[in-house]
Amino acid sequence: MKKLGFLLQKEFRQILRDRIILVMIFAMPTIQLIILPLAANFEVKDIKVVVVDHDHSTLTQRMLSKLGASGYFRITGAVSSYQEALHYVERNDADVVLEIPANFERNLVREGRQQVSLSIDAINGARASIGGAYLNSIIADFSQGMDLDFVRAAHPVAARMPVINVMYNTWYNPREQYKYYMVPGIFVLLLTLIGGFMAALNIVKEKEIGTIEQINVTPIRKWEFISGKLIPFWLMGLIIFTIGLLVAYVVYGIASVGPLWLLYLFAAVYLVALLGFGLLISTFSANQVQAMFLAFFFMMIFMLMSGLFTATESMPGWARTISALTPVTHFVKVIRMVMLKGSGFADVQLEFWYEVAFALVLNAWAVFNYKKTS
Amino acid sequence: MAEQVIVCNELTKRFGDFYAVNKITFEVTKGEIFGFLGANGAGKTTAMRILCGLSYPTSGTATVAGFDVYRQQDQIKRNIGYMSQKFSLYENLTIVENIEFYGGVYGLSRAVIKERSGELIQTLGLEKEAKKLVGSLPLGWKQKLAFSVAIFHRPQIVFLDEPTGGVDPVTRRQFWDMIYEAAASGITVFVTTHYMDEAEYCNRVTIMVDGKIEALDAPQALKQRFQAANMEEVFYQLARSAKRSSD
Repeated sequence: MKKLGFLLQKEFRQILRDRIILVMIFAMPTIQLIILPLAANFEVKDIKVVVVDHDHSTLTQRMLSKLGASGYFRITGAVSSYQEALHYVERNDADVVLEIPANFERNLVREGRQQVSLSIDAINGARASIGGAYLNSIIADFSQGMDLDFVRAAHPVAARMPVINVMYNTWYNPREQYKYYMVPGIFVLLLTLIGGFMAALNIVKEKEIGTIEQINVTPIRKWEFISGKLIPFWLMGLIIFTIGLLVAYVVYGIASVGPLWLLYLFAAVYLVALLGFGLLISTFSANQVQAMFLAFFFMMIFMLMSGLFTATESMPGWARTISALTPVTHFVKVIRMVMLKGSGFADVQLEFWYEVAFALVLNAWAVFNYKKTS
Repeated sequence: MAEQVIVCNELTKRFGDFYAVNKITFEVTKGEIFGFLGANGAGKTTAMRILCGLSYPTSGTATVAGFDVYRQQDQIKRNIGYMSQKFSLYENLTIVENIEFYGGVYGLSRAVIKERSGELIQTLGLEKEAKKLVGSLPLGWKQKLAFSVAIFHRPQIVFLDEPTGGVDPVTRRQFWDMIYEAAASGITVFVTTHYMDEAEYCNRVTIMVDGKIEALDAPQALKQRFQAANMEEVFYQLARSAKRSSD
């Protein structure tokens, strides 16, 4: 125990002497929290529409002004042929071509139905499908409103057909802002970087400069050496987590709905799991480049599979299995549940035991792999 | 009869079908300065790592300070000091902090560490540098400091792996004065070196060629046996028969 004290003293001296690390402790949570929610915004805005209007009626004018008023669309041009409109798309001046056939208004009033054509630039798939859906719903909305004015006179029966109204209620994130979704996720990112990389690189650095051999020839016990490495980074992770919570509150006004102790409990266990992972990486790597590559490889997969940026529910079954096998996934889920919904321990109990299991397995494996005598 | 602190019997370390150390047998007496010579790749460092409890032997037996190299590595480690080829103090810690750390991991109390480190810094004449980062010291001082740290916990045996590599002749001389002092205080010194003048300073030397011990005796006796004027010639006569290419 006394030896552990000397180890910790040494590690803290080294960490506190490293200016870059000190700056990063404060800069990393602040900058990531301010910048990333903006970058990871999946909201689709400012969809550029080029209109090919062969009808030029008051009805089409009204429809177009409704499109513009929705806030999602910007009409960047009105041209007379589809070919011309495609040039807009090629030049990236339009995402959608909306083509309105000739006699649109007359046919609509006479037959009660009429088609418009939408051609969507699908290079950015998400933007295309979300934008297309918006446009669809606006036009559908418009045509429904139109029923009252035009169609009722011509087709009384159709106008009396019951219309099912769907009412939406958005819970937990009432304004549907992506920052509420992303900010808790960024805490995960922060802790994962600290846990997965810093301890691993620190240990491998000792291998590289040869000091680990000097340690291995002392009577230090394995657990003492490993605790001496993990405890400082564990504390650092919790400090960064705290700074992150403060930044989220000050900058975005986001405070956790659920209990703070639960967040800290998860953060603490999660860090142990990730530090164990980093330690494991360090036992497999001979130098910092190898450790960096290995850690990065797994971190990329962990992050992208974790549901941090995309919903795990929409992944195929096998991918969901992989996703469930990373500690990141469960932590992402829990931190959102606790922060945004106010879930209590009972709601996230299963995830808690998952994290504990990850922590135990990864650390046990790492300790087993670390050898003082080869 | 004098006490034997290292006893090796047919000690072997094999990597695949490569015999890094091939059935070496020798004994080291307490308080002796024991030189371990050999060309690069002759197996010196491997043998030393086994004796320090850093590596398991493949076969044969060995005890260090009375403890078995297969099973009692922790006890061995408590009783030895080690200075590796690579400088292994922490460059981003000060001299005092390095001493404190290594003293601490060998289980010395803070009071003892404080007292001894004060003495040590005075002996080395490093009073002004005590609070400086080790990385900023010249190589010669680093090596002297590393040696002092290796014997700071007063081990029975200290292992030195090419301790004077890259050091100027004056500092080398001072370094050997420190080795003599340590030996006089009862610490057994086990040292590998490439410098044949240093071999002359040892009480006894072994010369390893291709993983085997080809000669073991006092420098004077070896020179007589090989009818050589100095250790350099003795070494040359033995080492030129080596089949392994040096690295």
